[in-house]
Amino acid sequence: MLSVRNLIDTTSLTADDITQILDTAQSFAEVNSRAIKKVPALRGRTIVNLFLEPSTRTRSSFELAEKRLSADSLNMGGSTSSVVKGESLVDTIKTIAAMNVDMFVCRARFAGTPALIARSTDARVINAGDGKHQHPTQALLDLYTIRETFGRLDGLKVAIVGDLIHSRVVGSLAPALKTMGADVTLVGPPTYQIVDPGWYGCAQTSDFDSVIGDMDVVYMLRVQLERMEGAAIPSRREYNRLFGLDAERAARMKPGAIICHPGPMNRGMEIEAEAADAPNSKVLDQVNAGVAVRMAAMYLLLGGEDDGVSY
Amino acid sequence: MEQLGPKATIMDEQAMARAVTRIAHEVIENNEGSENIALVGIVRRGANLAQLLADEIGNIEGRRPKVGLLDISFYRDDVTRAISPVLHRTEIPFAVDGKDIILVDDVLFTGRTVRSALDALMDFGRPRTVQLAVMVDRGHRELPVRADYVGKNVPSSREEDVRVCIRPLDDHSAVEIWDVAAEKKLGGAR
Repeated sequence: MLSVRNLIDTTSLTADDITQILDTAQSFAEVNSRAIKKVPALRGRTIVNLFLEPSTRTRSSFELAEKRLSADSLNMGGSTSSVVKGESLVDTIKTIAAMNVDMFVCRARFAGTPALIARSTDARVINAGDGKHQHPTQALLDLYTIRETFGRLDGLKVAIVGDLIHSRVVGSLAPALKTMGADVTLVGPPTYQIVDPGWYGCAQTSDFDSVIGDMDVVYMLRVQLERMEGAAIPSRREYNRLFGLDAERAARMKPGAIICHPGPMNRGMEIEAEAADAPNSKVLDQVNAGVAVRMAAMYLLLGGEDDGVSY
Repeated sequence: MEQLGPKATIMDEQAMARAVTRIAHEVIENNEGSENIALVGIVRRGANLAQLLADEIGNIEGRRPKVGLLDISFYRDDVTRAISPVLHRTEIPFAVDGKDIILVDDVLFTGRTVRSALDALMDFGRPRTVQLAVMVDRGHRELPVRADYVGKNVPSSREEDVRVCIRPLDDHSAVEIWDVAAEKKLGGAR
């Protein structure tokens, strides 16, 4: 049983919560490897996918996870919902919740939207990414991938590299790694660095080359090209030269160290093809883990002691 | 705190071993050999029993049948009430299509576990037959389920708990009856 009702951020999760989600995900990974990739675990449960911001991989991963749990799902997007007709989000949520749904999976442009939804309904809520705040299932699938590789998380050295300040991945991954006892270093150009890395308990540097040789995991963040024009970095080429993971830099990684990226990748920007497709690149394992981890989170949140009904 | 023991021990290690041997013979007789059979144990104690049964069939036939493990957590009809805190891995390392599957569990009680296990098993393919082997049948069925091979029939009260202990999962091997009500009063449970 998890200690939380909703999955809004990773900072609320205890080490036991995270371990339970990852262990359960292992069982679901086995289900995903079968010929019939479906179990009746959440049969009769209704899950609403409320995606107020465009998303392909996260949305399809959640949808597949719901189907494989035999849950019924309903997809709602920002442009097709009443939000565009001027209805407030809280009213929209209360209206859908009145149809007896069990869970909302929410992706939003603004930080705090999933928490607002959680306060407006008794249904469970999973944050599928809110603004620059958090993306907890992404962090959990990253932890899963790393744990599958090393057999542990405790004591590993992880560098998270790139556009730290715009990234909700950092917001979820860094605290979760700290909770599990890993050692996190943030790497990025000064204009992309976060103001108080101490809040995460992390070191921060702008010298990628000085730390890369020490790391077990090199986690490359996507440079949000759409936000680049604000002149936070002088040029793509300079960024690529100082912070991009190319073959030459990847060769300096420790033996056994792995490369991760949350996707979508900008090849030629933060990561070069030689690194993205290297044998120690776990990018596709991360995507694969996503379905199992999301199944685990939904199963554990919806499977708990419910509404005071018990034997 | 006072330590409560079992109310009665119905089978000791030797009795359990003899039951496994007898069931092994019955399985071979019913299936006219062991060429087409495979065992699937329901985790955890059913899985241990399946291993013992496979050893015994192997001793008799000179060829040990394959053994799979089944965790039925995702197939339970009461997920909303209680989640098992620890999940175990399902592992069926053979094709079940066309096989005679011996499903193995420790205690047959309401029949709900077996119902779930059948659902789970069917997701792996289409066995030719599924036969059920249990160490103890304690009655109180809630579904139309029966065992093909039974170690011992133990008429029991619902207030009692029938427990199968198996090494190495437990520190001894035995079938015991526990008084659930008395145990709850003491606040202890296995």
